[in-house]
Amino acid sequence: MTIIDVRTPDPKRFIPGATGDWEVIIGMEVHAQVTSNSKLFSGASTAFGNSPNANVSLVDAAMPGMLPVINEECVRQAVRTGLGLKAQINKRSIFDRKNYFYPDLPQGYQISQYKDPIVGEGKIVISLGPDRQGNFEDIEIGIERLHLEQDAGKSMHDQHPTMSYVDLNRSGVALMEIVSKPDMRSSDEAKAYMTKLRSIVRYLGTCDGNMDEGSMRADVNVSVRRPGEAFGTRCEIKNVNSIRFIGQAIEYEARRQIGILEDGGSIDQETRLFDPSRGETRSMRSKEDAHDYRYFPDPDLLPLEFDDAYVEELKTHLPELPDDKKARFVTELGLSVYDASVLVSEKAIADYFEAVAAGRDGKAAANWVINDLLGALNKAGKAIEETPVSPGQLGGIIDLIKDGTISGKIAKDLFEIVWAEGGVPAEIVENRGMKQVTDTGAIEKAVDDIIAANPDQVEKVKAKPTLAGWFVGQVMKATGGKANPQAVQALVKAKLGIEE
Amino acid sequence: MSVDLATVKRVAHLARIAVSEEEAQRMMGELNGILGFVEQLGEVDVSGVEPMTSVMPMAMKERDDVVTDGSKADDVVANAPVSDRNFFLVPKVVE
Repeated sequence: MTIIDVRTPDPKRFIPGATGDWEVIIGMEVHAQVTSNSKLFSGASTAFGNSPNANVSLVDAAMPGMLPVINEECVRQAVRTGLGLKAQINKRSIFDRKNYFYPDLPQGYQISQYKDPIVGEGKIVISLGPDRQGNFEDIEIGIERLHLEQDAGKSMHDQHPTMSYVDLNRSGVALMEIVSKPDMRSSDEAKAYMTKLRSIVRYLGTCDGNMDEGSMRADVNVSVRRPGEAFGTRCEIKNVNSIRFIGQAIEYEARRQIGILEDGGSIDQETRLFDPSRGETRSMRSKEDAHDYRYFPDPDLLPLEFDDAYVEELKTHLPELPDDKKARFVTELGLSVYDASVLVSEKAIADYFEAVAAGRDGKAAANWVINDLLGALNKAGKAIEETPVSPGQLGGIIDLIKDGTISGKIAKDLFEIVWAEGGVPAEIVENRGMKQVTDTGAIEKAVDDIIAANPDQVEKVKAKPTLAGWFVGQVMKATGGKANPQAVQALVKAKLGIEE
Repeated sequence: MSVDLATVKRVAHLARIAVSEEEAQRMMGELNGILGFVEQLGEVDVSGVEPMTSVMPMAMKERDDVVTDGSKADDVVANAPVSDRNFFLVPKVVE
């Protein structure tokens, strides 16, 4: 396979070494567990966390004579993911056996796809930034392929001094292996790629993206070179299970390789493991053991075939994906690229925002969702799904500001009440007397009182008109924040004789 | 195409089949006989002929995505030489 370098070396991503600059080259293979009820080739459940070997059929345990029958939903999910990656869909693909021995692989082979995967070349656009000027940089990362394969079981090595414990619940669960081209040039790009891929599969509902439970894990290929030279020898870091670790593993591995090369050594192509507790990678398999998988077409399975109509049907029902949603938020709702990016980062956040923004001002809705709601959720360590404030309640608060019932400041207090106690915003405002005072007479009296009580300040403000703000503050304080700030400002200026 | 003794041993190792020197020698002969036969087949011009995947022209059967199996951990581990609380136990494997 000829690998084409699609990127132009960019000095801002170079890693300085003792003997000059280096460039890191990254490609990733991401294993994403397909969201389905049953396994790829058996009717056993895919549920996480069941008791040992409860989700195992005799097919998954590789009992003699058991035959695989493909799950149509897993095929649909793979095609939908391919469409989400703007990729070529192969209407005919082949399942192959990848042969190796390990106790968590009872068949002695993994059913995978080798030469004819279900999905071919596609792309993902990642967005880096914002930089100091607030600009984002969009970079296209090529997808090489996506294929369907079986997951292996799980081994535990810490339960017994001389034995390993094997649970086959995960064995046979459908995985999509999504292979990128070696198009990434920094750990930030790799993290952005994983974040974006996770977001896309979550929008599509084809993988839950739950990295803690192992639903998504990455094998990261890292090599370094002098800028502009040919690709160097790569090392593969296996099974990295968090986005942060992907970044750390790449940083460490690039430094390690640069160190070896600068000392006059050479890189051995090998598989390495990232140890999060030490923040380093270490060699996992020796070269002598290099795997020879002896792929061949699985004689138990016919080619997987479907027609254009099948693909078109799936295409029509695809949800709006993050890039399209972001573009729509910017062009139709007038949001900044930054705000739109934050809102589309998770489908649940985008859904929440759209519910709040429906029939209201998009920018106001965006500000409340991003600054107040997401801020509070972040502080409380909650996910958007656990929000105590519903889109309806937040929308209610925004409506009360819009129609002048409450001031923006009171709205913040109201938000906290709704967050802590729940309830209908309009009723809370009514019951607790939080309404904004728009009655000019009442505000006028408050302004007069403050002016009468502070002759010194009145003298000062004549010399320095900006001090008018002090009076506005005092009036707001005296009215418990319920006075309309614009009205107070106008009255203060008028009474003190300050020109607009 | 033919295989030498080292290749026979390597393939046996990959398949985790223990072969003695004598067996390897014999297998090399047998395998080369088979490969010679396959080479004869290779003389037939099959350019433009799709590889046959089934005698009868048929599409692969698919199943609905429903849970129809499982919940039989006792059966699954019944033949395991060693098990504990329905886990399979195997000699420790750590890479």
